Amino acid sequence: MIRNNKERLRKRARAEWRFRSYGILSLLFAGAALVFLVSTIVSSGHAAFFKTTIELEFPLGAERLNIETPYTRENLLAGNYYTAAKSSLYALFPEVTSRPEKRALSKMLSPGAELELRDYVINHPAEIGKTVTLEVPVSSDYDQLYKGHLPRTGTHTRLTEQEMGRFDQLVEEGYIHYRFNLGFLTGPDSRYPELAGIGGAIAGSFHALLVCFLLSFPLGIAAAVYLEEFSKDTRLTRMIEANINNLAAVPSVIFGLLGLAVILNVFGLPRGTPLVGGIVLALMTLPTIIISCRSSLRAISPGIRQGALAMGASPVQVVFQQVLPAAMPGTLTGTIIGLGQALGETAPLLMIGMVAFIANVPATPLDSSASLPVQIYLWAESAERGFVEKTAAAIIVIMTFLILMNLLAVIIRSRTQTKVE
Amino acid sequence: MTITQLVFVFFILVLASGVLGWRRIRVPQMAGGIRPRSRAVYHGFYNALWCALPMLVVVFAWLAVEPGIIRPLVLSELAASSALIEDNSAFKYVEIKNIAEGVLPSDSVDSTVMQAVRHYRVLQQQSGIALTILFIAAGLSGLYLGYRRLSHVFPAREKVEGFVRVFLFVSASIAILTTISIVLALAFETLRFFQHVPVMDFLMGTKWSPQVAIRADQVGSSGAFGAVPLFAGTLLIAFIAMLVAVPIGLFSAIYLAEYAHPAARHVLKPMLEILAGIPTVVYGFFAALTVAPMIVDVGHRLGLETSSESALAAGLVMGLMIIPFISSLSDDVINSVPYSLRDGSLALGATKSETIRKVILPAALPGIAGAILLAVSRAIGETMIVVMAAGLAANLTANPLESVTTVTAQIVTILVGDQEFDSPKTLAAFALGLTLFFVTLALNFMALHVVRKYREQYD
Repeated sequence: MIRNNKERLRKRARAEWRFRSYGILSLLFAGAALVFLVSTIVSSGHAAFFKTTIELEFPLGAERLNIETPYTRENLLAGNYYTAAKSSLYALFPEVTSRPEKRALSKMLSPGAELELRDYVINHPAEIGKTVTLEVPVSSDYDQLYKGHLPRTGTHTRLTEQEMGRFDQLVEEGYIHYRFNLGFLTGPDSRYPELAGIGGAIAGSFHALLVCFLLSFPLGIAAAVYLEEFSKDTRLTRMIEANINNLAAVPSVIFGLLGLAVILNVFGLPRGTPLVGGIVLALMTLPTIIISCRSSLRAISPGIRQGALAMGASPVQVVFQQVLPAAMPGTLTGTIIGLGQALGETAPLLMIGMVAFIANVPATPLDSSASLPVQIYLWAESAERGFVEKTAAAIIVIMTFLILMNLLAVIIRSRTQTKVE
Repeated sequence: MTITQLVFVFFILVLASGVLGWRRIRVPQMAGGIRPRSRAVYHGFYNALWCALPMLVVVFAWLAVEPGIIRPLVLSELAASSALIEDNSAFKYVEIKNIAEGVLPSDSVDSTVMQAVRHYRVLQQQSGIALTILFIAAGLSGLYLGYRRLSHVFPAREKVEGFVRVFLFVSASIAILTTISIVLALAFETLRFFQHVPVMDFLMGTKWSPQVAIRADQVGSSGAFGAVPLFAGTLLIAFIAMLVAVPIGLFSAIYLAEYAHPAARHVLKPMLEILAGIPTVVYGFFAALTVAPMIVDVGHRLGLETSSESALAAGLVMGLMIIPFISSLSDDVINSVPYSLRDGSLALGATKSETIRKVILPAALPGIAGAILLAVSRAIGETMIVVMAAGLAANLTANPLESVTTVTAQIVTILVGDQEFDSPKTLAAFALGLTLFFVTLALNFMALHVVRKYREQYD
C-alpha cells in the first residue's frame, strides 16, 4: 500500500515535470524559430550593403568618347561610354584578342560602369582629355562570385573556368575592391541586381504612410472622441462599435478589393500611387487608432473633466483642451503600432497596382511607385540569383524601421508613465 | 494648376480667412468696445470653415462629375468617324487617356484616334482652368459670406462646436461606410460574375482554371471556375498552421501564465510579440527561400515525392506566425480565471499541472476556443505567405507535400497587373473575396459569441 502510494506520487511528479517541459519546449521552439528566421535573413542579406567594384583607368579623350564640342549636357549625354568602358577593361588583358573572348570578358562590367563613367564626365567636363582612375561596379555574377554566393563548380555555376581565372587574377593584382553600397539605400530599382536599390521603395512607403497618417490620425481620434465622449448608447452607436471591431479582423485582401473596386474604379484616383495605397492603409489602420485612443480616453481621471466643466468650459472645450491632450501619449503609441502594421502590409498594395517596375525615385504621393514590402515581394519572385541578397537586405531595412517605430512607441509610453507617477 | 498648387492656395485662403475672422473681433475689442459673445479665436475658426468647406465641395464635385462630361465628348468624336464599335468604348477611352498622358506611345495609332487624343487634351486643360476658377471663387465667396456674419453678438463658439460634433459623428460613421462599401462592392461584382458562371458551378465545381480565352478561336482555355480546390487548399494550409500554432501557442501561454518567473515573463512575452510584428511578406520569403527547400530535402531523403512549393511549407510558417496570436489571447483568458479556483484545487493536494489540466483549462476553455476561432480566421485570410510559398496550381488534394492554392492567393494573382474589368476571371476574384469576407465574419462572430458566453460565468 505504501509502496503503491510512493509510486503514484512519483508518477504524478513525473507528469508534472513533463507538463512543465512541454511549456518550456514550446517557448524554445518559438524562440529557435525566431532566431533561425532572423539569422537566415541577416546571413543572406548583409552582403547586399556592399558592392564589388573594379578599378579601371579611363583615358577621357573626346574622340574616344565620341563627344562633340561644345561640352553641353546634351552633347555629353550623347557620348559613347559603352565602348570606352569596355576598352579600358580590355587594356588589362592584352592577350585577349578574339571577338568572342572579348565579348565574354566585357560581361564582367555591369551596365552601371558605363553610367558611372558618363556621370563622371558630365560632372567633370574639365577632365576631358586627361586619364582618370575610377571604381566602377562589376556585373552581378562576378559580384556574387566575389561574395562567395556563386558556386565555383557544379551545375549551378554560371561562369567558365577561364572567366573565373581572369577575375581571380584581377583580385590578386588588387584591381577589385569591396565597398559600402550607398546606392542600395538611396537608388531606384533596376533590372540588374548589382544596381538595384530600395530608395524608390522607401520613398513610396514613406509617401503611403504619410497619406495614411494624415487621414487615419485625425479621423481615428475624432471617431474615438465621438464614441467615448459624445455618443449616447443608441443602436447606431452600438452598430458603429461592432463595425470597428469587425474591420480590425477583416483580411487585408478584402481591403485591396475595396481599393480596386471603389477607390480606383468608382472615384478614379490614379492607379499604383502611394495616395491610393495610403487611403487603403488608412482604412486598415483606423480601427487600431480608434481602439487605442478610446482606451486612453477612458483612463483619464474624471476629476480633470469635472474640474474643467466646473470652470465653465463647454463639453467640446473640455475634450479638446483637457482630456484629449492628456490621452495623447497612449493614442500616439497606438498610432505608431498601427503605422508599423501598415508599413508591413503587402497584399492590398499589390492589388491597387503598386507593382509596376519604377526606374526612378518618386517625388510625390501622386507618382506611381513601389513600397518596401512590395519591393521585397517583387525581388523574391525574381529568378536572378543576385536578387536574393537584395530581398533579404530589404527585409533587414524594413525590420529596422519597424524596430525603430516600436522603440519610439515604448519610449513615449515609458515617459508618460513616469510623468503620472 | 497642379494639385500641389491647389493645396497651397487652399491653405493660404483658409489661413487668411481665419486670421481675418480673428482680427475682425480682436481689433474693436482692443479699442475698448463691448465684450464679444465668443472669443476671437472662434470667429477665426468659423470664418476659416466658411472658406474651406465650399472649396472642398467644389473639388469633390469636380472629381465626381468631370469624367462623366469629358468621356462622352471624346467618344462622340470617334463615333462621328465610325471608328467606334459599341462594345469597346471603355477600352478605347482608356487607350485614348493613356496616349494623352504619355503612358502609351502615340506613333502607331490612326488619325481619328489621334484627333480624339488631342480633343481629350484640350478638354482636360479647359476643365483644369474651370476647376481653378471655381475653386478660388468658392473660397473667396465663402470667406466673404462668413466674414459678413461675424459680430460681437454672433455665437461663433456654438456654431464651431456644432460643426465639430457633426465632424466627430461623421468620422465615427466611416467604419460603417467602409463596411457597407466593402459589402456593396463585393456583392455587385459577384452578381456580375454569376451572370457568367452559375452559382453552383462556382461553389461545387472541382476544376479551377480561370484563364479565359482572349480571342474566340483560342483552344483549350475555356475557363473553369469551380472553387472547391481553393477552399480545400485554404483549409489544408490553415489546418497545418493550426497543428503548429495551437499546441505551441497554448503551452507557451500556460507556461508564461502559470510557471514562468516574472522576470522570465518580461523577456519571453516580448519575444513572442516580435513574431507577431514581422510583416507577412517576410514570412513568405522565409517560407519560400528556407523552409520549402528544407522540406524538399527531407522529403527526398525519405523517398517522398515533394513539390518545391508545398502546402506544408506555407502551413508551417503560417503556424509560426499565428503562435503569438494564440498565446497572447490564451494568456489573457488563463489569467482571468479567478484565483479561488486555483487555490481550491491546490489546497486539495492537486499538483500544479493537475490544477491546470483539470481546473483552469476547463474554466478557460470557451475563451481558448474563441482564440482558436480567431486564429483560424487569421489563417484563412492570410495572403502573402501562401502567394509566395504555396504555389498557384489548383490541386484538389489532402497531401501536404503537394502544391495547393488558396482563396487569397488566387485573388491576388488574378488582380496583380493589368486586368480587364469585365472578364469573368477578374470578377471571380470578387466572388472569392465575398466568400472570404463572410467566412471570416462568421468566424469572428462565433468567436465573440463563445467568449461572451464564457464571461457570464464569473462576472
